[in-house]
Amino acid sequence: MIAIIDYKAGNLTSVQRALASVGRKSVVTSSASEILAAERIIFPGVGAAGTAMFDLMRLKLDSALAKAYGSGKPILGICLGTQIVMEQSQENETRCLGIIKGEVVRFPDDFSEPGGRKLKVPHMGWNKVNMRRQHPVFNGIDSQSEFYFVHSYYPAPREARNLLGQTFYGIPFASALVSANLVAVQFHPEKSGRPGLRLLSNFCVWDGKDHA
Amino acid sequence: MLSKRIIPCLDVRDGRLTKGIKFKGNVDIGDPVEMAAFYYDEGADELVFYDITASYERRDIMIETVRKVAERIFIPFSVGGGIRTVEDMRLVLLAGAEKVSINSSAIRDPSLIAKGAAAFGSQAIVLGMDVKRVSPSQEIPSGYEMVIDGGRTSTGLDALSWARSGERLGAGEICLNSIDADGTQKGYELRLTELIATNVNIPVIASGGAGAIKHIHEVLTEGKADAALIASLTHYGTHTIKEIKSHLHERGIKVRMTW
Repeated sequence: MIAIIDYKAGNLTSVQRALASVGRKSVVTSSASEILAAERIIFPGVGAAGTAMFDLMRLKLDSALAKAYGSGKPILGICLGTQIVMEQSQENETRCLGIIKGEVVRFPDDFSEPGGRKLKVPHMGWNKVNMRRQHPVFNGIDSQSEFYFVHSYYPAPREARNLLGQTFYGIPFASALVSANLVAVQFHPEKSGRPGLRLLSNFCVWDGKDHA
Repeated sequence: MLSKRIIPCLDVRDGRLTKGIKFKGNVDIGDPVEMAAFYYDEGADELVFYDITASYERRDIMIETVRKVAERIFIPFSVGGGIRTVEDMRLVLLAGAEKVSINSSAIRDPSLIAKGAAAFGSQAIVLGMDVKRVSPSQEIPSGYEMVIDGGRTSTGLDALSWARSGERLGAGEICLNSIDADGTQKGYELRLTELIATNVNIPVIASGGAGAIKHIHEVLTEGKADAALIASLTHYGTHTIKEIKSHLHERGIKVRMTW
């Protein structure tokens, strides 16, 4: 069974529906024991980092996640979930889980694309992910594929080994990260059409090992 | 860089598709769930459903449609029409829509934008704007006035100042419809689109008037829109999403070409 962690950060049924469409059963849960019993874990989330961390701690899911990560279970972070695995976020000056070293920072308020047009924040819409290296979770996904993003903050991993893919929006930023049995993406695979479904489907058969 | 989005708009009444010409004389052209699945396969970047169901009692039909669409397509879609309260928003978002669009109800009660953004995040709140060209006046300096009730009622509200208010209140995006251009197939209202798109810092979806592929190119370049809403251009098979995107791609506009 796949556990989708419910910590009151947004609507999680879209992730569940996307998994169902690739033939995978999942449970949306905020129970630590259910999360620890699951075969694999999806850690999604939409909203603000401060509230998210508060709820995660209130539900004692921060320690459940750390334990699950330590046990080698495959974990997929999505959007805010991806930011929460970093050490800290500029959003509400929040201390996060610290599974991956580095900070979560905001896009500059006033920045432009090459050519001069002002860029809007949030970064919302379809954009590419330039892979730094191969990973089983991205197997069979065309390099020209685009994914759906909605975010104002992005993760800035301190160590190059955690960087799996980069996206360009005025500046290059880390849109896919990896640390052992954790893969974390800033975009929404559940809203990214077939490439997104392929990613979810790959995650469902991934053994949690990073062969790089 | 971000791709410009091509967004088909599906008008729904009592759970069936319609397409309005100047908001009058709608004809039924089928099942919205099938049409959504078709556009998903065709490479649409997002979909907009506009519910014109008249009676409040039949809203549950729309929620059921949203649920069925969400099981079939895995790209964002928004739902507008008849959303008057935060609870209405909650039902639509829980049924699987990514965004809700509010229009007349936001003008009647601007706090609805802020309440929706606080409850679900700005990314979930689209401010729908129906705009009509008028002579510039002290009250309406931009020469564009907000209208409601499908264009029948004037509001005395300047479109530019309303767009800025909407952004300030927490709308995450604007869907900008020109009542003058809608249904004419003579092209988007470029001046209006550029005016709004360059004066807010949230994405603007241009709507109303697309009758040829070149109109989409115009509104994404001259009009500075982030996305283009289309309806009759593709609903009746005149053009495909792929034709539209290839045309834009060949002219150096970044669009999503792989799906």
